[in-house]
Amino acid sequence: MSQQLELQQVSVRYGATTAVDNASVTLQSGDIGCLLGPSGCGKTTLLRAIAGFEPITAGSIALCGVTLSTPQRRTPPEQRKVGMVFQDFALFPHLNVRGNIAFGLSALSSRARRDRVESLLQLVALSGHGDAWPHELSGGQQQRVALARALAPEPEILLLDEPFSNLDAELRTVLAADVRELLKRSAITALLVTHDQHEAFAMADQITLLNEGRVVQTASPYDLYHHPLSPFVAAFIGEGAIITATINRSGEVTAPFTGAGEPGETDARYQLLIRPGDITYDAGSTTRLRVARQSFRGAHYLYELLLPDGQRVPCLAPGHIDVPAGAMLPVSLRLQTHLAFRGESTSRQA
Amino acid sequence: MLWRIAMILSAGLVAMPVAVIAASLLGPYSAAWTHLLDTVLLDYIVNSLLLMLGVGAGTLLLGASSAWLTALCEFPGRRVFSWALLLPLAMPAYIIAYTYTGLLDFAGPVQSALRETFGWHYGDYWFPPIRSLGGAICMLSLVLYPYVYLLARIALLEQSPALVEASRSLGRSAWQTLFRVTLPLARPALAAGVSLALMETLADYGTVAYFGVSAFTTGIFRTWYGLGELHTAAQLAAFLLIFVLVLFALERHSRARLRFHKMHSARPPSRIQLRGWRAAAASTTALLILTAGFLLPAAQLGVWAAQHYNSVFSAAFLALLGNSFLLAALASLGCLLLALLLGYGKRAYPGRLETGVTRLASMGYAVPGTVIAVGVMIPFAWMDNTLDGWLQQTLGVSSGLLISGTLGTLVFAYVVRFLAVSLQSVEAGLTRIRPAIDESARSLGQTPLGVLRRIHLPMLRTSLLSALLLVFVDVLKELPTTLILRPFNFNTLAVRAHELASDERLAEAALPALAIVLIGLLPVILLTRSMSPEPTET
Repeated sequence: MSQQLELQQVSVRYGATTAVDNASVTLQSGDIGCLLGPSGCGKTTLLRAIAGFEPITAGSIALCGVTLSTPQRRTPPEQRKVGMVFQDFALFPHLNVRGNIAFGLSALSSRARRDRVESLLQLVALSGHGDAWPHELSGGQQQRVALARALAPEPEILLLDEPFSNLDAELRTVLAADVRELLKRSAITALLVTHDQHEAFAMADQITLLNEGRVVQTASPYDLYHHPLSPFVAAFIGEGAIITATINRSGEVTAPFTGAGEPGETDARYQLLIRPGDITYDAGSTTRLRVARQSFRGAHYLYELLLPDGQRVPCLAPGHIDVPAGAMLPVSLRLQTHLAFRGESTSRQA
Repeated sequence: MLWRIAMILSAGLVAMPVAVIAASLLGPYSAAWTHLLDTVLLDYIVNSLLLMLGVGAGTLLLGASSAWLTALCEFPGRRVFSWALLLPLAMPAYIIAYTYTGLLDFAGPVQSALRETFGWHYGDYWFPPIRSLGGAICMLSLVLYPYVYLLARIALLEQSPALVEASRSLGRSAWQTLFRVTLPLARPALAAGVSLALMETLADYGTVAYFGVSAFTTGIFRTWYGLGELHTAAQLAAFLLIFVLVLFALERHSRARLRFHKMHSARPPSRIQLRGWRAAAASTTALLILTAGFLLPAAQLGVWAAQHYNSVFSAAFLALLGNSFLLAALASLGCLLLALLLGYGKRAYPGRLETGVTRLASMGYAVPGTVIAVGVMIPFAWMDNTLDGWLQQTLGVSSGLLISGTLGTLVFAYVVRFLAVSLQSVEAGLTRIRPAIDESARSLGQTPLGVLRRIHLPMLRTSLLSALLLVFVDVLKELPTTLILRPFNFNTLAVRAHELASDERLAEAALPALAIVLIGLLPVILLTRSMSPEPTET
C-alpha cells in the first residue's frame, strides 16, 4: 500500500492564534481516515488546508507524492484533485442534480459526461432523481448528491467535513455505514472530519484525535478505545469517569475501593479511567457501593455510584435491578490498570 | 365587520384610478388615435423600449459590479463604499439631468474648457449631446443602479462561501466560479433589482421631458395638454400600464425564486483580498460610480445654490418649502392611517379576502405617477361636471371645479401611489408582534387598549416613523402627479425646479433641487443603517 496523503508538521496560524500546531498525519491508499476532536480543535482548519482553502504557516502537505502546500507555495484548490463534501452540502441551487454532478466534468466530452453522471447516480442510488432540484431532496438525498458530485472528477482523495451533522440522529449511523461501504467498494481514499466518535467509529479505519491544534493520538478505533495514550484520549473516547486512585507495586488498585486510607510509600497516585462495563452488578459480591443516581435505559440501568471517598463512578446493571438512590448496590470490579495514568485527577468526566 | 368593510372600501378607492385607466381601453377610440398611430405612437414605444434596454443594461452593469466588489472583495475604502454607493438614491433622475446638462452642454464648463484648450469654435468638434436618448439612459442608470446594488449585495452576502469552495475543488478557477456559480445564483436578485429600476424608468417624466425624448409619459402629457384629449391620454396610459404589468410580474417571479436560492451560511463571506493595482482599480471604480451618481451632481447643485442664494432664497422659496412640506405631511399621514387600517385588518382577519385587498391596495407603487394622475383626474372631473350641470339646471349657479382642482385630489393621488411604501413598513413591524405577545400581555392583566399602548406603540414606533418618512420624501420628489393635479398657481419644490430648469434657468433651479436631495438623504441614511450588519473580522 502506498501513502496517499502525507501531512508533515503542518501548522496554521492566524496572527497570534494557532489553529493547527505541528500536525503530522499520513493516510494509506484506499483507507478512510478521520480527524476527530472537540469543536475548535483545528480539525476543520486542517481539512480546509488539505483542500487548499487555508494557507499553512509551517510544514508541508503532499498528495500522491506531489507537494501541494508549503508556507511559500499553495497550489490553487482547482488544481489539486481533491474532492470535498461540505457540511451544508453546498449543492448549487441553480443547477439540478445532474447539473451539480456534471459541474466538475468539463474536461469530458458531452457523451462521456452523460455516462459518468448516470453511473454516479446509480452509485449513490439516485437514478430516478437526476432532474430534481436540490431543494426538492431530503437531507440524506442531498448528501448523496454532494458525494456523487465530489467523486465525479475521480479525485485522489475525498474530504468530508462533518458530513452527517445536518442529518437526523437516527439517519446518521445508517448513512455512515452506507457511505463507508460505498467508498470501500470503489477503493476511495477518504478523510473525514467529525466531533462525533460514533460517526468516526462507524466510518474510519484510522482515527487521528486532535486537541487544541495538536495531534494527540493516531490509531485504529479499537486501539483508541482500549489503549488510549493519555487521559484526554481516555476521557474523550467512550463513556466513563476518571478518578484518582492508588495502585500498589504489584499492580493492584487499592484506594479508594478497599478504603485502605492514606497511600503507603510504595503506592503511587494515578488517574484511573473507569468504563461503565468495568463495574458491574453482582448479587453475590461483598463489595457494596452507595447509589448516587440511577437512570433507566430500557435494557439496562446506568448507575452512578459513590466511592467511600466521595468520587463517583459509572456502573451498568440489568434493567430489572432497580435500586433507589441512597441504597447500596453489590458490584464486582474489573478495573483495567492499563487505563491508569500517573498524576492527580482533575476529576473530569466524559 | 365594520373594520372589514372599511378595508374593502379603502382598497377599492385606492384601486379606482388604475381601474379607470384599464377601463378606458374598452371605451371609444377618438380621431386623435389616427393621428397618434400615424405620427408618434411608434416613437413612444420604440423610445420607451430603448430606454428600458439601456437603463436595464446600465443598472445591471453598475449595480452588479459594485455589489460584487463590496460584498465579496476587500479593498481600501470598502466599508465606506458599502453604504455610500446607496447615496444616488437620494438624487431624483430629473435633478441629475439638470446638473449634467449644466456641466456638459455647449455653454457648460467642460465644453468651454475644451474650446479654450484646443482653440475650437462652434461646429469644429463633436461632443456627445447630453440632451438625448443616450443621455437619458445614462442619467437614469446613474441614479437607479442602487436598486440592483442593494438586492444583489444582500444576495451575494447570503451565499454560502462553501459554494465557491465546492466549485474550486471541482476544478473551476476563480473567474469561472464567478460566472458559473456566484452570478447565476444572484440572478433572481439581479432580475428583481433591474425590474424595480425599469419601473422607475417607465414612471420617469422629468428626465425625458427635459431632454425632449418622446416616451410614453411625455406622450400622455402632450395628448392631454396639447390635444386636450383626456380619454386618449388615459388609453395611452393603459398601454404604459401593460409594460409595467410585465415588469411587475417579472419582479414577483424573481422574488419567489429568491426563496430557493437563499442559503443561510454559518460563516461570513470570505472576501477576495485585492492588492496592488487590483485594489486601486476596485477603489477607483467604486469612487467613479459614486462621484458620477452623487458627489459631482451634488457639488454642482451646491455651487449653483451658493452663487444664486441671494436671488432665490426669499419668501417665495419659503412658501415653496411650506407647500411641499404640507403636501408631504398630509400624504404621509393619510398613507399611514390607511396602512394601519389594512395592516391591522389583515392581522386580525388573516383570510384570503383581506390578503387580496391588501395586495390590491399596494399595487400603486408600480404604477407611474402620470398614469395615476390621469386615472384620478377622469372620475373627479366627471363628478365636478355632473355637479356643476345639476346646479346650473336646478339653481342656475355654477360650482366650477369643486373637487378636481383641490389639494385633496392631489393628496389622494399621492396616497394611491405611495400607500404600498407605508404598508410595507407597517406590515413588517406588525409581523414582529406575534399573537403570543398580545396574549401574554392580556394574561398579565392588560386591556386591549393597554396592549396597544404599552406593547404595540413602542414596538411599532420605528416602523411607523419610517413609513411616514419614506412617503414624505417620495411625495417631495414626485413630479408628474404634482404637475398634473396641483391647484392653479400652487407650486412645490419639484415643480419649481422643473419649471426653472425648463426655462434654462438651471442655476436658479439648484436651490429647490438641492433641498429635495438633502431631504432625500434621510431615508437613504435610514436604509444604510438597516443594511445587514457587517461581520467583523477577527
